[in-house]
Amino acid sequence: MYNTEVRGKLIEGDKSLGQISKDIIHPIDQKTPKWWFISMGISLIMLMAGLYAKYVTVTEGIGSWGLNNSVGWGWAIINFVWWIGIGHAGTAFSIFLLILRQKWRTSINRAAEAMTVVAVMCAGLFPLLHMGRVWNFFFVLPYPNTRGPLWVNFNSPLFWDFVAISAYLLISASFWYFGMIPDFATIRDTTKSKIKKAVYGFFSFGWTGSSKEWLRYEALSFILGGIAAVLVVSVHSIVATDFAVSVIPGWHTTIFPPYFVVGAIFSGFAMVLTLVTLMRKLYKMNNFITDNHVDAVARVLIFISLIMGTAYATEVFIAWYSASKYEFYMLIQNRMLGEYAFQFWAMVICNAFIPQLFWFKKIRRNITAVFIISLFINVGMWFERFNIVITTLAKDYLPANWASYSPSYIEILLFIGTLGLFGAGVLMFFRYIPMIAIHEVKSVAKFDKPTAERKKRHHHEE
Amino acid sequence: MKKYWRSIEELTDSTKVKKEELSYERANKKAMITGKSLDQFASTRRDFLKVFGYSIAGAAVVASCKKPVEKAIPYLVRPEEVTPGKASYYASTYFEENEYCSVLVKVRDGRPIKIEGNELSSITRQGTSARVQASVLSLYDTSRYKTPLFNGKATTWEKVDKVVPEKLDAVKASGGELALLTPTIISPTTRSVIDQFLAKYSNIKWIQYDAVSASGMLDANEANFGKRALPAYHLDKAKVIVSVEADFLGTWLNPTAFTKQYSSRRDPDLKDGMSRHYQIESMMTLTGSNADERFVIRPSEKGVVLLNLYNAIAKVHNAPTFQVTKSSFSVQNIANDLLANQGKSLVMCGSNDPADQVIVNAINFLLGNYGHTVDMNQTMNTKQGSDQEVAKLVAEINAQKIAGIIAVDVNPVYDFPEGDKLKKAISKLDLSIALAQAKNETAAVCELVLPLPHYLEDWNDSEPITGQFSLAQPAINSLFEGRSLGVCLNNWQGVKESYRDVVKKYWEKNIFPLQNKQKKFESFWIESLRNGVFDLESKSPKQPTFNIDSINQYARSIKKAKTEKFEVVLYEMTGKGNGASANNPWIMEMPDPVSKVSWDNFAAVSPKLAVQLGVKNEDLIDVNGMKLPVFIQPGQQENTISVALGFGRNYSGKVANGAGKNCYQLIQNKDGHRIYNLTANVKKVDGTYPLAMTQTHHNMEGREIVREAVLEEYKKKADAGNEAHAKHESHHVTLYDKPDFPAHHWAMAIDLNKCTGCGNCTIACQSENNVAVIGKEQVRNRRIMHWLRIDRYYSENPENPKTYHQPVMCQHCDNAPCENVCPVSATVHSNEGINQMAYNRCVGTRYCVNNCPYKVRRFNWFKYANNDKFDFNMNNDLGKMVLNPDVTIRSRGVVEKCSFCVQRIQEKKLDAKLDNRKVKDGEIQTACMQSCPADAIVFGDLNDKNSKISKLFEHPRNYHLLEELHTLPSVGYLTKIRNSKKA
Repeated sequence: MYNTEVRGKLIEGDKSLGQISKDIIHPIDQKTPKWWFISMGISLIMLMAGLYAKYVTVTEGIGSWGLNNSVGWGWAIINFVWWIGIGHAGTAFSIFLLILRQKWRTSINRAAEAMTVVAVMCAGLFPLLHMGRVWNFFFVLPYPNTRGPLWVNFNSPLFWDFVAISAYLLISASFWYFGMIPDFATIRDTTKSKIKKAVYGFFSFGWTGSSKEWLRYEALSFILGGIAAVLVVSVHSIVATDFAVSVIPGWHTTIFPPYFVVGAIFSGFAMVLTLVTLMRKLYKMNNFITDNHVDAVARVLIFISLIMGTAYATEVFIAWYSASKYEFYMLIQNRMLGEYAFQFWAMVICNAFIPQLFWFKKIRRNITAVFIISLFINVGMWFERFNIVITTLAKDYLPANWASYSPSYIEILLFIGTLGLFGAGVLMFFRYIPMIAIHEVKSVAKFDKPTAERKKRHHHEE
Repeated sequence: MKKYWRSIEELTDSTKVKKEELSYERANKKAMITGKSLDQFASTRRDFLKVFGYSIAGAAVVASCKKPVEKAIPYLVRPEEVTPGKASYYASTYFEENEYCSVLVKVRDGRPIKIEGNELSSITRQGTSARVQASVLSLYDTSRYKTPLFNGKATTWEKVDKVVPEKLDAVKASGGELALLTPTIISPTTRSVIDQFLAKYSNIKWIQYDAVSASGMLDANEANFGKRALPAYHLDKAKVIVSVEADFLGTWLNPTAFTKQYSSRRDPDLKDGMSRHYQIESMMTLTGSNADERFVIRPSEKGVVLLNLYNAIAKVHNAPTFQVTKSSFSVQNIANDLLANQGKSLVMCGSNDPADQVIVNAINFLLGNYGHTVDMNQTMNTKQGSDQEVAKLVAEINAQKIAGIIAVDVNPVYDFPEGDKLKKAISKLDLSIALAQAKNETAAVCELVLPLPHYLEDWNDSEPITGQFSLAQPAINSLFEGRSLGVCLNNWQGVKESYRDVVKKYWEKNIFPLQNKQKKFESFWIESLRNGVFDLESKSPKQPTFNIDSINQYARSIKKAKTEKFEVVLYEMTGKGNGASANNPWIMEMPDPVSKVSWDNFAAVSPKLAVQLGVKNEDLIDVNGMKLPVFIQPGQQENTISVALGFGRNYSGKVANGAGKNCYQLIQNKDGHRIYNLTANVKKVDGTYPLAMTQTHHNMEGREIVREAVLEEYKKKADAGNEAHAKHESHHVTLYDKPDFPAHHWAMAIDLNKCTGCGNCTIACQSENNVAVIGKEQVRNRRIMHWLRIDRYYSENPENPKTYHQPVMCQHCDNAPCENVCPVSATVHSNEGINQMAYNRCVGTRYCVNNCPYKVRRFNWFKYANNDKFDFNMNNDLGKMVLNPDVTIRSRGVVEKCSFCVQRIQEKKLDAKLDNRKVKDGEIQTACMQSCPADAIVFGDLNDKNSKISKLFEHPRNYHLLEELHTLPSVGYLTKIRNSKKA
């Protein structure tokens, strides 16, 4: 339970409940600002570039990418893992903090979940596109069919991956959506526009706010939260098995599942920070997303960064300790000193060292600094995936097969396209959806005196 | 016919019912148009079905893609020997670019689709070379001449046969001289036709021209033996082989036959000992890469080395010795080795300088090798051209002293030094006739161009080694209007006979009497035709006398090596040859076995020289005025740059045009000999030029990839160098059930000691399995499609490294990493131990590609068939005729790989089933092993405990690639054993 005496106020500015609703709904009701159109325009241009790249990929073939006989996966898989990692944060954020009853999450979880859904959508594009015959993607679906029936290979991590990701997308989208129903109802009730009334009315599923509804609502969020909590761990563990199940040095590692989950949370939290600092700035949400919130996330990041550093060190240690010459070559000669050493050291510096700056309170409290460091982590996590995917494949067992990889412009455009999609998605979220969970914030806003807090707890326990 | 009725009304009066229906419909339509009766608008079930039907049809029309119309015309009367779906094999003979090979042609439904080695040949003994394998594709080359051309316009043979004799007679009447320029002709029939023709036209002189000449050797033999011929070699009888600049396993004289002989001596278990091979050379050749001991010299030093070697041997034999500078390394050890194996040794030299060759002859003579390992009695006939004669003719053409030229299957405009000058001169001649198979630079300037048939379209015979004959028979009717030289000459003399009859008559008259096994000619003819070869019972091995005094003047001419800074060596690239088959995409894309570069020639420089010049791979350097990309070649002599001939065609097909640079222009004429190593001026120039390499890392990084030992160690300990195998075998522990192979368990063993890395298997596989050609850019992107690649590694000193060749194809692991990661089970294990690909099922996630430790899986990055961006043989109807109908063409986006030639396994299994017997060991031959000139590949059934493969898998030399991974491969490798003194 949140302890106000220790952490200070969650919502600043002494707002009434009505004021909170008004403040949060304000961006939806106000005239769309100019910067929104500009950003949306840029995002859409990026999205179009991505569409072009998709067109080329599907019509010409994967040959339009920079891959070769040795490096069979490239930017597509890097970006897939990167986006999935980012897509982790929302759910991880909401669920873990919900289960741990960390009330400070209420100001941030809605944005984090929105980010999750969009990021998972971005991620999901890549496994589809990287297929040589995308038009036959349904071969991966396990359903009784007229082709024999031919079943999928239940041993393949790619199949597990498919199941995990679709389940994750389903659960996190529902969790996010159901969380918004009361807020949609609030908009429906307050808006003056007929259209908005109808639209938000439709999406609020006739929510009236009766006690019965709230009761069911709470039960549902805990059930979904419970399922999602498992998924948060499983999805990235399974993505890790895409690599760990293989026999290739640098992939065939038991550390991968936990290391991937932590890495995902790391990148996700960093992206949350990036987004939330922007949101705070753009919509002047300082009262809701306070310095304390940013501070809390930054502290979490220090801790995860230490885990990441440990993981990197462990990998190197095991490469030496295992006495496997392939593993040793991969980690030391190839990753640390080889052709792609820049990417390795960029990863270490961005992920293990730069976040350590958060030990300093001054930096944690400096929103610009926090924003920049969060970007470094995002970049660092991208490099981590680059290291895993590319350096491993470029130099594996037989030196005769060693080959270099660099992306073609098509692959770069595909990535830009997903950035555009993410940007557009997030902008739509800013514009049409209450970006902070109104009803949840209300639950922590008014009762910020210790006595009231206790009373509320008492009330809950009844 | 039965009558079906729907109702009683219809049964009684069907016309009435139909009429009623019609009128009802008419009324309906009328009502709809006029809109008079509202209730008529209510749609009926009928309307619904109509609309439904139309929309389905409409949707189908809109959505359906254009389906290609393919016409298949069945036989009206099926020829007796043709069974659809079953291949026939015809024995035939390949002789192109001075390379002879006896072959079997696999014909499916009237189309030759694959060349196999002919096991009955005593020369090539079932071996082929990559170029022989690829020759079937040249049959379907779109750049072939289709009709006779007169000044570039199509004409008919009738006109040609009328015009040409008239012209020839006119020239003869005016007292003009003509030249008949041909490559070396080894066909006795064609030679007799030419002789008849020349008897009629005494003003025509016949000159044989070899693009890469052996004239120096012929001259030397003439001087020493009074016989202008090349000796036949018997490397299988040689215990010590010394080769000085002779790339006998790659390009020199008859590499396929030499490889067969050589590899038969490379078995370390041989009772009378494995051979020891010394190679002394200036550039890294395929032969040098296989040597037990290799010495690096400047190209101009070879005479000095040979003379030193001669002196060392002559001293022992009390023969005259000659003054010469000391060689850069001591030849005493080699001399001792040779002296210890007199009559069982062999010295060869690739030089075109008669002086060098005379010394070689003297050494072989002193060692008593003639009659044993070298034969001057039954000689080799594959190169007969004389440099002096050719040079004289060219001078005459340039000076317009000659009235005309008939150029048959030669291309001097391209491959003679100063070809440009010749080009202008030929176009000014009164008469210029070119007989050519496909577009070439010489034919381009000739007035009359006559199409030659491909060797698979025509009758022919040959005598590559005196007394060893072979026949060629057509495997397909002429695709175009090609006509061979013999037929042309006969026609122009008024003899209208099919060439089959001409050959047959010649054999009846001249060859049939040489034997007495067959009493009737017809049965002799049929047997020879079926076998493809006919060998005379060997005659007495009496050798012509060696005139020892004849060496004096030559030996005195050898003084010392050049002192200039740089020298350049011009050589033929293995597989690529002299450039005549450069338009063959299989050949062009085949990586050079040593450098692993495809699609280009380059200036090979040593690692030291690269540092000196400050260049890296792909930088441009200027070599005697020729700008060439640098390739850093370990084992290259420090001051020597080597450049391949056979590139830079500019009037050929799409494939050859513009690939590489034509370096024939660098060759110089010295004392009437074309000299292939010259002084060079070398400087770095600006710019780079991309090279397509299929391998860029050449170090094994201390991994046990190729395991090796020296012979002495091996003699002491059978698993020398292979100690790890036993260790890994003992570690194969698993929780899972062992895979069960109830009937067969196919496996392959590759003897790394026999394999020379020549690349025949790569092209044989490409031909058998319809492997796509992808072009230079994609090869450079490291996407080559070859199912079977040959990895090449170096070790130790980069200036003179040890080299290793290792063919790698799908290892058919019994615990395959690729199989369990495929999400759709597109790659699965058969119960015969084969890792199979279901192309239809593959969605192309490429996880299997990544997870294959051997990286043998190939992804179809693009659509390689019917795609103008990949305009090779799979983009035109003619080229597609070469495709093997037993093997699917893979679509874009699927993964493919070696299948152990499953179609061949299946074929032989079915044969055995029909005969109600088991498959015999050795009956199934994969494409790679069938024609391997080194006999390095063995395929068979591990379940058969007596099979060759089972025994090889038990052999102490056997190991598996990356066996520590517990992938349980079905491919085994036998360790490399070098017969060198030092470990």
